Amino acid sequence: MEKFLYIALFAPLVSSLFAALFTTTKKKTFVGIIASLLIFTAFASSSVLLAHILNNGAPIHVEMMTWMATGDLYIPFGFVVDQVSVTMMMVVTLVSTIVHIYSIGYMDHDKSFNRFFAWLSAFVFSMMILVMSDNYAGLFIGWEGVGLCSWGLIGFWFHKESATWAANEAFIMNRIADLGMLIGIFLVYWNTGTLQYDGAFEAFKTLDTATLTWIGIFLFIGAMGKSAQFPLHTWLADAMEGPTPVSALIHAATMVTAGVYLVIRSNELYDLIPHVGLFIASLGAFVALFAASMALVNRDMKRIIAYSTLSQLGYMFAAAGLGAYWVALFHLMAHAFFKALLFLGAGNVMHAMHDELDPFKMGGLKKVMKGTFIMMTLASVALAGIFPLAGFFSKDAILEAAFVEHHYIIYSVLLFTAGLTAFYSFRLVALIFHGEERYKLFGIHPHEAYKFMLVAMSPLLILAIIAGAMKGTYYEMVISVLPETEYHIHSHLVYWVMTIGTQLFVIGAVVYAYKKYADWKSVPDGSSDVEQSFMYKLLYNQYYIPYAYEEYIVKPYREISEIFWTKVDMKVVDATVDGIAGIIYGTGEKTRDMQSGNLSTMLKWMVAGTVALLSLAVVFGLAARNSDEIVAILSALGVM
Amino acid sequence: MEIGLNHYLVLSTILFAIGLVGVMKRKNLLLLFFATEILLNSVNIAFAAISHYYGDLTGQMFAFFVIAIAASEVAVGLGLLIVWFKRHGNIDLDSMTSMRG
Repeated sequence: MEKFLYIALFAPLVSSLFAALFTTTKKKTFVGIIASLLIFTAFASSSVLLAHILNNGAPIHVEMMTWMATGDLYIPFGFVVDQVSVTMMMVVTLVSTIVHIYSIGYMDHDKSFNRFFAWLSAFVFSMMILVMSDNYAGLFIGWEGVGLCSWGLIGFWFHKESATWAANEAFIMNRIADLGMLIGIFLVYWNTGTLQYDGAFEAFKTLDTATLTWIGIFLFIGAMGKSAQFPLHTWLADAMEGPTPVSALIHAATMVTAGVYLVIRSNELYDLIPHVGLFIASLGAFVALFAASMALVNRDMKRIIAYSTLSQLGYMFAAAGLGAYWVALFHLMAHAFFKALLFLGAGNVMHAMHDELDPFKMGGLKKVMKGTFIMMTLASVALAGIFPLAGFFSKDAILEAAFVEHHYIIYSVLLFTAGLTAFYSFRLVALIFHGEERYKLFGIHPHEAYKFMLVAMSPLLILAIIAGAMKGTYYEMVISVLPETEYHIHSHLVYWVMTIGTQLFVIGAVVYAYKKYADWKSVPDGSSDVEQSFMYKLLYNQYYIPYAYEEYIVKPYREISEIFWTKVDMKVVDATVDGIAGIIYGTGEKTRDMQSGNLSTMLKWMVAGTVALLSLAVVFGLAARNSDEIVAILSALGVM
Repeated sequence: MEIGLNHYLVLSTILFAIGLVGVMKRKNLLLLFFATEILLNSVNIAFAAISHYYGDLTGQMFAFFVIAIAASEVAVGLGLLIVWFKRHGNIDLDSMTSMRG
């Protein structure tokens, strides 16, 4: 079985290195095909591992080699395939296989086609390290690796100023959070003496609550950055500057869920500190609502989906914070399927519309893009959480968990957000695919994507539909690692009222969205009453948070940096260094006159030098002979 | 008054000073050679005198070495001097500035 573990881990690396060989040459389709095949190999190996875990349930633990061993510190390159990591491996490899194949079509006309696959496969490799590592150090390496690849892929079209800006924003925001994470990891090592999950979790039981709280908080700060939780959320929406397959893989299905994975992986830690868990859950619920509200009015198709991702990450954190780790992981999995599908569908629409992102300029696309229409609609149904698609089972479980745990505020926030989710999802679908063909005003002739792209997307569609049915098997599998928390609402009546009520509420939101947007006529120009209202402006400008960051953090930081640059760096540091160099240079400049080349002058200098050296020899000779007296005189003077 | 070691050493010092001044002041290459000869021979006097004073022949032997080296030095030096004179028509030190840094 170890063989399959190594194949799953290293096939993406091989793929990345292979594609990297061709980065400077022009587009070669076989690079994409071979990369996809290698990622598929990783997927097949992961499936074998999943089958193994499902059959006898013994986790596979390997130690490839020693990484660091100094003093008491021992960190190996250790990998573990247990019920949690195998779930993540399946999600990562499956979605990335599909995204790789899809990208062959999507990046068809891009001249950096080969470079794209090098980055994309490198991302998969980093993500595999992240989920498979058996210690926090390895997790951190993967964590940084996915951050780097995310940077490279958001800024993939680096000739666009906005893309490089977004890439840097994502990278810097993640650095801020990673500092917290690093402090958390240091605290773990400081207090337990190990970074291995097993050893650390064992040691946590003996630590006092205050220490554990700090560890929990700092690790969660890392998770907040990677999973774009408030207040580090702004990078995710801007990250949509990257190619759409990247958004599907990294900024929806896998990387952004790494924060949730961290909390799930550290469940034994967070179980000991329920107050931090409650904070995580509250923040998650807040972000779910906060992000959904911004998605309501946005006019950028990809940003709407990004906010929806943010909102769903909030759901996952809410579940994880309440101790329902398996529910969080289940929602993570289901979300990866339907959200990747939604993004890839959006990619098809973008291609058809020549990179137009405003859904108000589309409309009526269902006639020309039947396949994409069906897929995106079903993905939205799944996202909205309507029975019997995947989202229903996972989201309903989160709501039940909140209800059973008696956190009614979190429950009502999440319930309300479910309605908003349904509304903005179908607002998007209605605007893109129904109503008047507004794109004709802009002279665009949309066309459906390549057939093989739609075929590649179909496994996601199937999973988005049937993933809910796997809930039972999945639960049986993960409870051997994660806490066995089942949520049963005691009274049947309450359960049915709740479930049906939620469904009716969500369906009502869908119907309302259709009513409002399905026969939209014109492209809004910002003059209507709604667009003039305060709430609309507040939401449209993302609560003015990016503006506030720019105004109160970026600009003052820049000014301080400028002061440090001109005052401290130029006038103190540089001046000192330049001064030393100046003295040496000046001395040389002055003394070069000696080298006149005139033999007579040089002879004079030679004599002067001889005299000087002789005098020194005499002086030192005398001093050495009379050293005792000199010491006596100096000490009498109080010098020595 | 008996002539002792000190007299020789004083003579040697005076000759050395004369030679040193010559090395520094002379602009004629030939006279520079003269000045170096004076320097070397002042040292020879000191060697011989001290050698006699201590009754040790090493100093005198060293003086012979110095004489031999001085002779060969002058032989090479004069050869170069003649070549220089043939090429440039003078042996003025101030005109020899090809080593300017």
